[in-house]
Amino acid sequence: MSASGESFAQLPVAPKPPVRRFHQARWDEPIIFELSQPGRRGVAVPEPGAPAVELPESVRRERAPKLPEMSQPHVLRHYLRLSQENLGFDLNIDVGQGTCTMKYSPKVNDGFAKAIADLHPRQPEDSVQGVLEIYARMESMLAEISGMSRVSLQPGSGSAAIYANIAMIRAYHAANGEGHRDQVITTIFSHPSNAACAKTAGYEVITLMPNADGQPDIEALRAAVGPRTAALMITNPEDTGIFNPRIKEFVDLVHSVGGLACYDQANANGILGITRARDAGFDLCHFNLHKTFSTPHMCGGPAAGASGVSEALAPFLPGPVVEAHDGRFILKYPEKSVGKIRPFLGVTQNIVRAYAWIMALGGDGLRTVAETAALNNNYLMHKILQIPGASAPWGRRRIEQARYSWQQLSEETGVHSEEIGVRAADFGVHYWTSHHPYLVPEPFTLEPTESYSKEDLDEYAAILAHVAEEARRDPEFVKGAPYNQTVHKIDMTSLDDPDQWAPTWRAYVRKHLSGKG
Amino acid sequence: MFTVGLVVNPVAGLGGAVGLKGSDGADVQREARARGAAPRSGERAAVAVRTLLSRRPDARIVTVPGAMGEHSVSAPHDLVRHQPRAATTSSDTRAAVAALAGVDLLLFAGGDGTARDVLDAVSGLATAPPVLGIPAGVKVYSGCFALSPATAGFVAAAFDGTTTPAEVVDLDEDLYRRGAVSPRLYGSLAVPAVRAALSGRKTGSSATSEGTVEGIAREAVAKMRPGTRYVLGPGATTMAVGRELGLSTTLLGVDVVERGGAGFGGVGGIVAGADVSEAELFALVSGGPAALVLSVIGGQGFVLGRGNQQVSPRVVDAVRDGGGELIVLATQQKLAALGGRPLLADTGDEETDTKLSGHVRVITGYRESTIYRICPASKEFSS
Repeated sequence: MSASGESFAQLPVAPKPPVRRFHQARWDEPIIFELSQPGRRGVAVPEPGAPAVELPESVRRERAPKLPEMSQPHVLRHYLRLSQENLGFDLNIDVGQGTCTMKYSPKVNDGFAKAIADLHPRQPEDSVQGVLEIYARMESMLAEISGMSRVSLQPGSGSAAIYANIAMIRAYHAANGEGHRDQVITTIFSHPSNAACAKTAGYEVITLMPNADGQPDIEALRAAVGPRTAALMITNPEDTGIFNPRIKEFVDLVHSVGGLACYDQANANGILGITRARDAGFDLCHFNLHKTFSTPHMCGGPAAGASGVSEALAPFLPGPVVEAHDGRFILKYPEKSVGKIRPFLGVTQNIVRAYAWIMALGGDGLRTVAETAALNNNYLMHKILQIPGASAPWGRRRIEQARYSWQQLSEETGVHSEEIGVRAADFGVHYWTSHHPYLVPEPFTLEPTESYSKEDLDEYAAILAHVAEEARRDPEFVKGAPYNQTVHKIDMTSLDDPDQWAPTWRAYVRKHLSGKG
Repeated sequence: MFTVGLVVNPVAGLGGAVGLKGSDGADVQREARARGAAPRSGERAAVAVRTLLSRRPDARIVTVPGAMGEHSVSAPHDLVRHQPRAATTSSDTRAAVAALAGVDLLLFAGGDGTARDVLDAVSGLATAPPVLGIPAGVKVYSGCFALSPATAGFVAAAFDGTTTPAEVVDLDEDLYRRGAVSPRLYGSLAVPAVRAALSGRKTGSSATSEGTVEGIAREAVAKMRPGTRYVLGPGATTMAVGRELGLSTTLLGVDVVERGGAGFGGVGGIVAGADVSEAELFALVSGGPAALVLSVIGGQGFVLGRGNQQVSPRVVDAVRDGGGELIVLATQQKLAALGGRPLLADTGDEETDTKLSGHVRVITGYRESTIYRICPASKEFSS
């Protein structure tokens, strides 16, 4: 290979081209279980002076767990390689994963999380007063942010928080002798977990479609509500980034038939310190701490959710909750608690990270987060809409994110949104289309939170402009992407086929390797 | 001077209300008339022409003598020299189109078969005029049709010379009568570039939505009450409802079923009428509780008036008089593909369509539904 044309062959170094000459690492790395060699060991040096602890016979395993047997450098090398084959926030301009609110998780907060890593969830209350105080203070801060009376920090994810909310809704109606309410209303641009959790809890789900303005149709809501309405579960701004200015009317309409209103604030990044769920009349809401409040997403968990409720719903909160009593903090089960949503108190390390994040920012800082996120979004939207073939349906103002469409580009070139996303990965960025079904044709959803600089947004927009231009010049080339990635195209059918999918090594061995030697 | 040509296929739509699923060929047309069918395409063309002239009185209509156009125009107009035979065939449509080649816009009333004849004729011309279909056939799956006759008039009046290609598709009627739906693409025509008001090409059922269709069927059956007659429109989704009841219903016909009561042991049910004509259907739904269970034509949004002309205005009235409801079945994907446009009713009687308009419950899955707007096809025009 010749070095000619490489910018570092001469000095001074030539200016960088408009889009990055990225190439993802490709280590062809096996699964860690395949690297295991019998008898190979790492070393964990014990604390000096700590007595050796022998487990009693009664709690010892009879057979050793089937963990990979590896040496320390091999473990380190394995995970470093995997980390190079990734596009997480710390590597890429992560604005392409709209609705996920990808923002910087300050590293200093990891240190705080580490500081409490050795706590045991069964420790006596007296020995964990500090962490209980963090729970109590975190609860009161989220209550202030949402306007709600009480907040449970137990849910281990956003969907778990939504499930906690629907469980409380069910218990509330049952306690009032209104168990006949068996319908939950949501909107198609609300997160699908709302419909999914309601259905899991046994409800019939009515999903409202948008009207011609891209808003949920209030006339449809009027036709949908009735004596069977248990609740409205709605996101605002919706996944389109459009804020529903008539949200109070939606809530009032549901209240007028005796239903409850539940606000999905998984992503509250555009409204922090600007609007509050309770002020619009909502009875319940939830936050994803890994979205708005900066904790890591943890690749599917454990993250952390928070469920907020009004005074009337507080007796139904999951338990235990932390309460101050005689100058100390105690654990208590609310009077009519729906029980546990997950074991113990919550994902404490993430509660600590989110607590640290809020404390560092303060009230004014939180508002600045929302304002910066909205400013970044408006700036990026301005840049994206200059790309020929890109559009933002309904032409309305967006708050913190926007769902765009490549419909025109796709009609002109035959290149689909998914293919543009795969090609964008060749430039080292992440990209996402939309939840299903696609209401916006050829969709893509961008959410530049407060964490990105102007140069970051310029680079992301330049990548999309470049790929769109490639699509016009050579559609087949774009369809053949990726070229600079760790893996080539993936057959997605395994995601929908129980006979193929394997979320664990054990399942993989059982489904794909058994009987093959 | 804005010159608009008009060609009417006088036998288009003849087979619809009598359950023949099309009107191609002399034998089918004879059979349709024998079953009591009356032509309706001339009347639908007249609605389009009246609407056009009310918006654009200066437009000059040029058409063909007799039922192929002249009868649909009450205003002053010009006639071309083409004398169709008494029983018109597709060669008359082609000859008429050729005779009208010089117009600024050619309106034709018919269905997918007529659109194919227009495509054939236009392809043979040195300069082809832009065309626009007035929906009047049984099958109206091509993208070159306006949503309704009135909409055709609006679109024609607003035409500024800008065109866009629209697809012509058709089904083989013989295969269709035997239960196969396989639209074939024949070509494209230049139509006025007013996207929202055109039909949009029909999209078929998605293969991946099979599980959802079963869920929709289960939910529809769960809502059925013994003693009520349920009219199942054509389509794979409504056929799944029959299957859920343990019944064998037709894919393309209109069937009437009843859910079994206690005496049937389990769900079960009976077919009260299979592949019925409009008259048979009217008799079955009159004088007792009945409900309509209809699916949505993908890409277009029609619930009434496309492929199910048996469900006529008086059938709709009889169902409503008995307190019966309209139950619409569609996957979320199908509704999403409408891009916010409403569901459409085009029974041929605007009063009936208007009575149906408002919000309707659409079953989208097992214990899943949405509330969706439905309106008369003639009202759905935004320019």
